[in-house]
Amino acid sequence: MLNESDLTALAITLKLAGLSTLILLLLGTPLAWWLARTRWRFKFLLEAVVALPLVLPPTVLGFYLLVALGPHGPVGGAMEALGGRPLAFTFTGLVIGSVFYSMPFVVQPLQDAFTAVGRRPLEVAATLRASPLDRFFTVALPLARAGFFTAAVLGFAHTLGEFGVVLMIGGNIPGETQVVSIAIYDHVEGLEYTHAHWLSAGLLLMSFLMLAAVYALNRRFRVVQP
Amino acid sequence: MSIEVRFRIDRGEFSLDVDLSVPAHGVTSLFGPSGCGKTTLLRAIAGLERHRDGFLKVGDMIWQAAERFVPPHRRPLGYVFQEASLFAHLSVRRNLEYGVKRVPEDQRRVALTQAIDLLGIGPLLERRPDRLSGGERQRVAIARALAVSPRLLLMDEPLAGLDVNRKQEILPYIESLHNQLDIPVIYVSHSPDEVARLADHLVLLEAGRVVATGGIHEMLTRLDSPLAHGTDAETLIEAAVAGHDDTYHLTHLDFAGGRFTVVRKPLPVGSTVRLRVAARDVSLTLEHQSGTSILNIFPATVDELIPEGEAQVMVRLMVGGVPMLARVTRKSASVLDLRPGKPVYAQAKSVALLS
Repeated sequence: MLNESDLTALAITLKLAGLSTLILLLLGTPLAWWLARTRWRFKFLLEAVVALPLVLPPTVLGFYLLVALGPHGPVGGAMEALGGRPLAFTFTGLVIGSVFYSMPFVVQPLQDAFTAVGRRPLEVAATLRASPLDRFFTVALPLARAGFFTAAVLGFAHTLGEFGVVLMIGGNIPGETQVVSIAIYDHVEGLEYTHAHWLSAGLLLMSFLMLAAVYALNRRFRVVQP
Repeated sequence: MSIEVRFRIDRGEFSLDVDLSVPAHGVTSLFGPSGCGKTTLLRAIAGLERHRDGFLKVGDMIWQAAERFVPPHRRPLGYVFQEASLFAHLSVRRNLEYGVKRVPEDQRRVALTQAIDLLGIGPLLERRPDRLSGGERQRVAIARALAVSPRLLLMDEPLAGLDVNRKQEILPYIESLHNQLDIPVIYVSHSPDEVARLADHLVLLEAGRVVATGGIHEMLTRLDSPLAHGTDAETLIEAAVAGHDDTYHLTHLDFAGGRFTVVRKPLPVGSTVRLRVAARDVSLTLEHQSGTSILNIFPATVDELIPEGEAQVMVRLMVGGVPMLARVTRKSASVLDLRPGKPVYAQAKSVALLS
């Protein structure tokens, strides 16, 4: 069965996935909206940057984040200068890493959903006296709601399975940055296969259920292949 | 009061250059082949597309001038798109209420119930848009546009995507708007049939330029207008119901040039109707025929004639001051010696009632 440190790792994992998903929805919505509507000719460059974590080894992303967030990096250095501590090997650092790592899983379904809504409903709303912000909240958001569901579930599930980035910038500090995927690795290293089984099966089942929900409730939208 | 429209739009292979003034009442039809710029012009009038070089004044409201551009949501207009474009996430009722809620109460002049009754959509209110037929959807879209109490209603081929039966279902509703609400309408169409039924005023567009503009009766019978040619050339005549003949089951319709007699229609005496006489159904004689089955014969004067292909001639007649087209063969024109000023008798073989 699960011991206390396993439960702590599980709690940290869920907290990390939940917080990252929330931040991603808040940042990803305006970004996806802009990407879906702009006619800027270099928009493909930004789309490629957003999609990078799909193909990049997580260690590469983790390495750069470590450099940036560490005491000698631009972000970490600035934090230190302001009297804080560097973000590497902290929970906050993990959240920042996860936001980058799971970005395409949130932004792409949202962008697809906004593109599928099209211009017409927004034009209709304009002729019915709705201001641009009003149109976004009363027409674009409700029509794209299936995309939000997909984005939230994929962002959450993908963050659960994070390993390489976490190891690079979070280290393996029990109670602070040790997540389930790393706890499993530790158990296997220590030949504690029973514990590894329980955690792995739990993660497997949770991920399967979430993806099944996405595919069942939401057949109209393209789902990014993890 | 009038609507003044000036736009210069240049998009490389397509350019639109329009300087127009149309009456701010009745139905003005923008008519022309597809690709002539009708929809572009309508979208520019709505402000859905912003063009730098434009001026737009509707009655006393300036919607666009040199430095001024009123965004579409601040223009008191209604817009009916070619596809109904109902909000899929809202019921019919909430679709209708969407616009009404955003109009200040002191500017509401069309009650929601009035719009619902006019379009006959009372029984549909709780349905979702995807549970409606194409015709029902378009009726809801028209009611939705009316319910914002527009000072100008723009309609972009609202019947184009519908089959003949659905068109017949909706046309009477659009006609009734005309009679019951005093809202000017700009109606984009490429169907001569719709124009004949609905329009009071016509703007002919071709390749982004205004070819001709004027009242519908005049425009249909002007020999320099493309509408006055071909097999569908026709004359529209407004007539008043003078009385009914119970013995033979007929209805008499009076106009400035005389009296039409048609198969009895359930119309109140004194009401006005719009009649359509196809140019190919009008024949000409030099003397008043007596031994004929044709009931509708009018003394007329030849006003103008123009060859119509190799074998035919389009003749514009004046019948008591009302223009009427007749299409005859070139041979007949020569035998009858038709020329401007010549008195003739026009025989209309068949007459259609439009409303």
